[in-house]
Amino acid sequence: MAGLYLHIPFCRQACHYCNFHFSTSLKLKEEVLRAIRAELYLRRDFFEKGAILQSIYLGGGTPSLLTGYELEALFETIYQYFRVAPDAEITLEANPDDLDEPYLTQLRQTPVNRLSLGIQSFSDEDLRWMNRAHDAAEARRCIEQVQAAGYHNLTCDLIYGAPTTSDAQWEANVRILLEYGVPHLSCYCLTVEPKTALAHFVKTGQSPPVDDDKAVRQFLHLMEAMETAGYEHYEISNFALSGHYAKHNTAYWLGAPYLGVGPGAHSFTGQIRQWNLPNNPRYAKLVQANAPWQSLKGLVWEEETLTPADCYNEYVMTGLRTKWGCNLLQISAMGDFFAAHFTKQVETFVVQGLVRRQDYHYALTREGKLLADFISAELFYTAVAGN
Amino acid sequence: MKNIRNFCVIAHIDHGKSTLSDRLLETTKTISDRDLKEQTLDDMDLERERGITIKSHAIQMSYLHTDGECYTLNMIDTPGHVDFSYEVSRSIAACEGALLLVDATQGIQAQTISNLYLAIEHDLEIIPVLNKIDMDSAMIDEVAEQIIDLIGCKREQILLASGRTGQGVPEILAAIVERIPCPKGDPGAPLQALIFDSIFNSFRGVIANIRIVNGTLRQGDKVLFMNTGRQYDADELGILQLDYVPRQELSAGNVGYIITGIKVSKEIKVGDTITHLQNPAAEPIKGFEDVKPMVFAGIFPLDNDDFEDLRDSLEKLQLNDASLVFEPESSAALGFGFRCGFLGMLHLEIVQERLAREFNQDVITTVPNVSYIAYTRKGEKLTVRNPMDMPDPTILDYAEEPYITAQIITKPEYIGAIMTLCMDKRGILIKQDYLTQSRVEMTFHLPLAEIVFDFYDRLKSISRGYASFDYQPLDYRRTDLVKLDIKLNGENVDALSALVHRSKAEAFGRGICARLKELLPRQQFVIAIQAAIGAKIIARETISAMRKDVTAKCYGGDISRKRKLLEKQKEGKKKMRQFGKVEVPQKAFLEVLKLN
Repeated sequence: MAGLYLHIPFCRQACHYCNFHFSTSLKLKEEVLRAIRAELYLRRDFFEKGAILQSIYLGGGTPSLLTGYELEALFETIYQYFRVAPDAEITLEANPDDLDEPYLTQLRQTPVNRLSLGIQSFSDEDLRWMNRAHDAAEARRCIEQVQAAGYHNLTCDLIYGAPTTSDAQWEANVRILLEYGVPHLSCYCLTVEPKTALAHFVKTGQSPPVDDDKAVRQFLHLMEAMETAGYEHYEISNFALSGHYAKHNTAYWLGAPYLGVGPGAHSFTGQIRQWNLPNNPRYAKLVQANAPWQSLKGLVWEEETLTPADCYNEYVMTGLRTKWGCNLLQISAMGDFFAAHFTKQVETFVVQGLVRRQDYHYALTREGKLLADFISAELFYTAVAGN
Repeated sequence: MKNIRNFCVIAHIDHGKSTLSDRLLETTKTISDRDLKEQTLDDMDLERERGITIKSHAIQMSYLHTDGECYTLNMIDTPGHVDFSYEVSRSIAACEGALLLVDATQGIQAQTISNLYLAIEHDLEIIPVLNKIDMDSAMIDEVAEQIIDLIGCKREQILLASGRTGQGVPEILAAIVERIPCPKGDPGAPLQALIFDSIFNSFRGVIANIRIVNGTLRQGDKVLFMNTGRQYDADELGILQLDYVPRQELSAGNVGYIITGIKVSKEIKVGDTITHLQNPAAEPIKGFEDVKPMVFAGIFPLDNDDFEDLRDSLEKLQLNDASLVFEPESSAALGFGFRCGFLGMLHLEIVQERLAREFNQDVITTVPNVSYIAYTRKGEKLTVRNPMDMPDPTILDYAEEPYITAQIITKPEYIGAIMTLCMDKRGILIKQDYLTQSRVEMTFHLPLAEIVFDFYDRLKSISRGYASFDYQPLDYRRTDLVKLDIKLNGENVDALSALVHRSKAEAFGRGICARLKELLPRQQFVIAIQAAIGAKIIARETISAMRKDVTAKCYGGDISRKRKLLEKQKEGKKKMRQFGKVEVPQKAFLEVLKLN
């Protein structure tokens, strides 16, 4: 399995909660795109020889800021240097305000076969509070147009737990998406990330902190409604109808290698994690087709090699978030002491009903899903204390 | 002797004492520009960070005056906090004059006034200096008026200076020679040398800073420390410049150091008098006090296995901190540790920080308390330094607690608020004197226990920083104490137990419960925090169970960041102590007493 991620670090306006890397100045867009194509060329041998891309994901930022022509140019470069499976999942993240008829027409000329829509809510009050560029009517119109244009392989993002989101509004948001028959849904609890506008508002008292009780209520409602509607809760924040798991993201959780291209993007070889520094001007200036990628180390990208304990911890952290959970046999393969540590530590949670055991598999129960971070941290193996 | 001048500098924090001192050293070429680290005299990291001087320092300069004569100037730096007021008084006792340094942009501060009065009491010649006059916000006339009002000097006696530009520095040096009297004393009389400070050096042992009042001290002399009664050889003596400069002899009027092979600081008492074993002085210099710890707290290793390491660290710390005392104790909840005695709360904090920084010791500090005296019905008299040692009410006849005399200097507009605060702290107003029209000195008798917790901070805030605070131990008085216990889910946390006055118990208990509610992390279960006197619960708070702890997004770029965050959280959890099932972070023990 191999996946390719492209980070498009531009947005028209900044959502208050977002801590991803982006710039609201589009001045460098062309240069960054040129550099992204150069990086694709420079890193064409990232995967083992013969590897075939099963998924391509354009995230951001706001990839739907790119014109059809710009997208085509990117894909041309990708197909030039990488082998792409004929049935590869090719996703574009898009904001509802970008997806009008002409744009969708252009999009059909590209290999994109899956759209990820940043809907977030169907309430104008929520959307204003989040500083989104679209309103509720646009959100609805967008889904309808996209479906009419033949894009049925869709996923939508929703945010719950915001101070403006009442329980009734949240229930409505979920219901509306189900009515549209969207086959995949990502629902994120509002998180106050450091160095965001939201963090500042909370600190200065302009916004209340996240109400945990409300977030729990809304999450529980979500799990119930999605189950009733026949969706699988296959990752903490992701729900899918049968056959519609996000291939690209699932590969992250299973520890598969991926190549991330663009400022701020992360890559993983299975042992080494690399990340491009989130600096558009520097990226645009230094990434040139004639500058060997290795020579840009420290300037444009950095890396770390995961220790066996790091690998184990990441496996526990990402694995527990999925419906497949952690497999003791796989942990044993990392080292018997990890397996011994895991079995010893996990017992409490099994007894408490937070983790369910089935043969060699350990997965979170519904209550456990609320405490995923706490439980993973307890199962972590940290070197200093040896446990 | 007529060419020696001994002086100290009285200044408020931030009024530019260190910068001006550096200029004096520079101008007299005691120190080259190249050697001049900023703020040469404050060389302990902690002192620099906190902007206060904990230990006193001394330095000797040679100065060629306009009269063509060369003078020896000894500048003695003084500690700047109330916990160390005895050391201040000994430094002042070693001088004939003082520079009163006042920031022209801020005016004279209350704590400066109280040190100034201490200097006036010791008959020091005061040279007022207005500093920072180069600043746009300098209020030269106004601040000069304040000074005239306070010490009754003439306007033209006030010097104007800027430590930053060096302006006025030559005039200060000239004034030191012209106005401060030369030391009196008889080099031929029996030796009397005042120890005004001691410093621990890991290579040379304890070095005492001394002022020779009478007589002459020579290398190799057999000497007697009059208050401790101990005898030593004067292995080395000399003067203090940036380094120790050995001399064959020091005679009356001069300031210098002596090394006698003492290995442990507590053998040397600041304020003691050194004399010759043969032909000793008739009496020691007046004013010696054996400074006793005022505040006691348990210090326990975070991990019980580190008990011996902690003992080792405390012993090393004691080498250069003579006022720290400790003895082993054990606690049901915390295992083995030490009951330590401190001069005051700042001293406690400093010890705690030095343990962490210099010795890498993670410790838990219990609620501090003062030393009580308990009388049992059988007529026994017990010293109680740990709430656990307080006799049961059925056995206890009565208890006494220590009182202090406190002097507070402030502006008249704050009298009301300070009165309210001191009454609230069970204080009694003894007298109130107007020093000037705009400066008033209030004297209170206060229970020491009341100033241990949040007194100084409250005083500062109600007086907007304009109140000095000095105290001396007074006596023991009968009191009505109760032992207040804190329970977490019904389990007693003895590290948080405290002896408090009955009238304060409820408010104290409520405050601690509320504070703990902020400090304890949510856990998987509900936590009940209770304050109890015996079996009676007097305050309660509840922390609801942690319901949700889960990251929303965990994609390619999030994984390693999230892993590191969770690993860090896990590391943090190791710094917790468990009471029953409840985990209490180490920092909660330090923070819990910062009520309000």
